Amino acid sequence: MRAALAVLFLALSLSGSAIAVEPDEMLKDPAQEARAEAIGRQLRCPVCKTESIEESDADFTKDLRKVVREQIAAGKTDSQVLDFMHDRYGDFILLRPPFNSTTWALWLAPPALLVLGGIFAFFMTRRRPTTVDAEPLTPAEQAAVEALK
Amino acid sequence: MRRFIFLAPVLVFVGLVVYFATPLLRGTDPSIIPSPLIDKPVPAFDLPPLPGYQKGLSSADLKGRVQIVNIFASWCVPCRAEAPALMALKQMDIPIRGIDQKDRPEDALEYLKELGDPYVSIGMDIDRKVSIDWGAYGAPETFIVDAEGRIRYKQAAPITQDDIDDTILPLLKKLTAQ
Repeated sequence: MRAALAVLFLALSLSGSAIAVEPDEMLKDPAQEARAEAIGRQLRCPVCKTESIEESDADFTKDLRKVVREQIAAGKTDSQVLDFMHDRYGDFILLRPPFNSTTWALWLAPPALLVLGGIFAFFMTRRRPTTVDAEPLTPAEQAAVEALK
Repeated sequence: MRRFIFLAPVLVFVGLVVYFATPLLRGTDPSIIPSPLIDKPVPAFDLPPLPGYQKGLSSADLKGRVQIVNIFASWCVPCRAEAPALMALKQMDIPIRGIDQKDRPEDALEYLKELGDPYVSIGMDIDRKVSIDWGAYGAPETFIVDAEGRIRYKQAAPITQDDIDDTILPLLKKLTAQ
């Protein structure tokens, strides 16, 4: 059981950092390659939806990575490369989408829910007194206690 | 007020059901990404023809009349599924231009021989650059381009006869009338 858990943990921790970039795709200049990777991690794979283009094995995504690397090698800035992808694929391609008329609910829902939950919790905890005073003993009970002493 | 508080979770539940059921019942496919290129001019490009063909495809070919642009490939299985629908459009004299995505020329020629060639002309997009400029993320993808060379509609799924009858023909008619 413990071994199985360890294997599972290892598998999960490995999959978290999986990179699909193959050595022959990489730029020769390590600084440029690092920039390309950082950009690629911000771009969502349009084929597989839940991965960044750096993590995806899809054939199409490989060509997107290639475009990113070509543009970096050609001297484009990070934001120029991101804009290039955003112009073609829209907000979807950005793993951190901009705040606008279609994404406002996405951005505002977590803080809004936190505030609502906080208000709810505040009133729920205040309504209920934390300690309840015990009813005083009746004379008969008092007498019974005295008798025990 | 206090007496009805028990209704709150029920209301939340009903709200969630409506929210999730609406796209399901409408048949919205969540895997389809909305294109920011709708109503924008087609990207500038110039693709070479398949071997043995006279004409390739360039952005200049997409001006002057309403046309369909279809991205396909011989390796693409859903493209085979939509091939009869494209041939049906050709029968109606609707001009379709092809972008052959990341294909080997000999495979593409074989594919066209097998399933028919519905295209006025085809450009070979061997490295996918032009497909990416069109905001494509696979194949098949179909666009309707108006006479001014602007993209007016995109479908990132195989075309069916229903799509032709319900969406494509009405839009072509509307755009041609403009």
